[in-house]
Amino acid sequence: MEFFFQQLINGVTLGSIYGLIAIGYTMVFGIIGMVNFAHGDIFMVSAFIALLLFLALTTVIGITWLVLAFIIVLLLAMFFTSLWSWVIERLAYRPLRGSFRLAPLISAIGMSIFLANFVQVVQGPRNKPIPPMFNETIALTSGGLFDVTLAWKQIVIMAVTVILLTVFWYIVQKTPLGRAQRACEQDRKMAALLGIDVDRTISITFIMGAALAAVAGTLYLIQFGNVNFADGFIPGVKAFTAAVLGGIGSIPGAVIGGLLIGLIEVLWSAYVSSDYKNVAAFAILIVVLIFMPQGLLGKPEIEKV
Amino acid sequence: MPAGRDTSSPPAAHRLNHALREAGFAALIAIGLSFPILALGAEPDINNQLALQTRWSWMFTAAVLIGSARFFAVMLDSSRARLLAIAGLLCTAFGFGTWYFAGIADPKIVGGTIAAGVLAMLAAFPADKPEKNAHSAAKTPARPATNLSSTAASLFSAAGIGALIAFPLAMLWWFGSAGSLKWINNYGIQILIFVMLGWGLNIVVGLAGLLDLGYVAFYAVGAYTYALLATQFDLSFWICLPLAGIMAAFWGILLGFPVLRLRGDYLALVTLAFGEIIHLVLTNWSDLTNGEAGILSIPRVTFFGIPFTAGEDGFAHLFGLQFSPIHRTIFLFYLILALALITNFATLRLRRLPIGRAWEALREDEIACRSLGINTTNTKLTAFALGAMFGGFAGSFFAVRQGFINPNSFTFMESAWILAIVVLGGMGSQIGVALAAIVMVGGTEALRELDFLKQLFGQDFNPVQYRMLIFGLAMVLMMIWRPRGFVSTRTPSIFLKERKAVAADLVGEGHG
Repeated sequence: MEFFFQQLINGVTLGSIYGLIAIGYTMVFGIIGMVNFAHGDIFMVSAFIALLLFLALTTVIGITWLVLAFIIVLLLAMFFTSLWSWVIERLAYRPLRGSFRLAPLISAIGMSIFLANFVQVVQGPRNKPIPPMFNETIALTSGGLFDVTLAWKQIVIMAVTVILLTVFWYIVQKTPLGRAQRACEQDRKMAALLGIDVDRTISITFIMGAALAAVAGTLYLIQFGNVNFADGFIPGVKAFTAAVLGGIGSIPGAVIGGLLIGLIEVLWSAYVSSDYKNVAAFAILIVVLIFMPQGLLGKPEIEKV
Repeated sequence: MPAGRDTSSPPAAHRLNHALREAGFAALIAIGLSFPILALGAEPDINNQLALQTRWSWMFTAAVLIGSARFFAVMLDSSRARLLAIAGLLCTAFGFGTWYFAGIADPKIVGGTIAAGVLAMLAAFPADKPEKNAHSAAKTPARPATNLSSTAASLFSAAGIGALIAFPLAMLWWFGSAGSLKWINNYGIQILIFVMLGWGLNIVVGLAGLLDLGYVAFYAVGAYTYALLATQFDLSFWICLPLAGIMAAFWGILLGFPVLRLRGDYLALVTLAFGEIIHLVLTNWSDLTNGEAGILSIPRVTFFGIPFTAGEDGFAHLFGLQFSPIHRTIFLFYLILALALITNFATLRLRRLPIGRAWEALREDEIACRSLGINTTNTKLTAFALGAMFGGFAGSFFAVRQGFINPNSFTFMESAWILAIVVLGGMGSQIGVALAAIVMVGGTEALRELDFLKQLFGQDFNPVQYRMLIFGLAMVLMMIWRPRGFVSTRTPSIFLKERKAVAADLVGEGHG
């Protein structure tokens, strides 16, 4: 039982990270109907940015208080990653609006390959480790087979996820910007007729997705302690699976999907086979897309002639 | 971006002002993009602790290059002048780069390249004449279909096949038996494998319009089928080749069944997941596949039973030649050439059969297709099965050529690579796919030849590592400039009175 609870905690931590990435997929898909294949690599770039900024803050500027360093890194990583995403949308996706159907997907695949290899060329192919942080643990139970523990970094990950999702939810639900986004999602042409700057709204959607991916990247770095140029692909596919599972286009769905994927992955590696944990995620993607393409909270898609 | 190129040209001073502002903005963005990831580097030291390095010069180089490029893009109207200016810019940067980064102070190289670059940039301004037909492609309605003379086309393909048959012999004659190995093996065979894979995937993506991101799975199935049958049951290549094709086709149908209802992006992602699952199973099912270590000492190809060995019953001895390992390579070249041509021939014939017409109808509009009574289930399944079968043939050829396979040859990157060949070539065009394979595979192989750059940029500089970087960028740029690939026209297989090609502008938007 202790083992199960421990896995539950680990799964929710991992799931928070997937959920944050999944929101970027789901929002972009909702607004322009495109799978932003490069989103996983944006996440990887953000982890690298966070790593470099963290090193700069601690070794060059000499900030010793870890919490302050973490907050600064988080905010700066969000900014720089958003800039990347904004430029990519501008250069690689916007010219293709109205091109043939597969063009944006192929362009995004090209961008994904470019980003991974760009990071490999400029930062080297090796794993980049950072010193562990927030590593102290709290024992939740005692006296059993072993203690169920909660590491501070897991608390940090869950807390940051909850705070950012609240802020994000507020923006989408309560501000004019969020209204514009939801309007574009429903009907882009009509939104344009009503005076919404559609291009700008789409850009902001990409920026918001990238900012959340940057949060995920920073948290990923804290959780796993290292990052590699190839780390974008698998988390990217898993986060996409989460978005599909939750119902693509639905933001609460993305979060729920992320948590589910995180839990399934952790429990699968704990009880079935850790070699095949990625197979589980891919299998879920296939099964959901085939049998339940509208996901848990999504709207069924009706095709009209 | 608020470029002044579409409006009538504004006053010169105003324009310069505008261009400078745009250039400054672009340079600022470039600094923002490159600040953490380019300007800072981290390498683990001996204690495995990351040490920070700063590379401000990289960041400023990027900012200056991007800012200047933006400046020229705003200042110049014609794409010819823009290209000239960008080429000059790169030339100047190259001159400074050799001097600053590589420490080469040879005034002839440094001064020459910088002077040539500056001259080209200056020459771009007088060369900037408005092009008469700069925007005609966008404004004029669809161009009339160009007539493709069928005799010219068949002459061209006959010449191409003739050149391919002569290729290894010409290389052998030119470079000798040791020097030609690289040309026949790295260029000839490697390109032909990808031509064949491209043609195989073209059935699925180009003809039937089903976007498949997991094609490498079938390639892997073919390779492992041959490797396992040959090492476990001592079956010869010629028996395994059809078996590998059948096996891959079986897997194609297995994948095809569940994805019948999907299309577009969803189909792409399910096939991607399928490809990754095959890869993971090959990696982890060690009892069958020997995991990461792969399958070693796969029997090599024989000349219809006669081995390419130096012994008494070897190929060279029987045919009275002096033994040379190049014989096997040349045989492999002709083998893959024959396999690729069979793929091409089969595809061209299939296009004229009802099933081929059904594929193309499916690509154009699935709902209309179904309304007309075409069985879309069978149509999709045959496309998957046949595409997979040719992938399986190519896979077993790969195994017999390498003599060793492991799961790392069958990653998502290979799928992306094959898909890029099909898309860049022009979906559905056989000749376009072949051209794209030559350009992409040959181009990346040619990067290995750029060793002279090492002398300019130092021994650490490895042009091969930029291969995938350039590849990713090329995919994006192709989508922006020529989204329909090199050969964007379509040649219908059925026609009234005369054969016509349909220009890309007239190709409608399909649903498939």
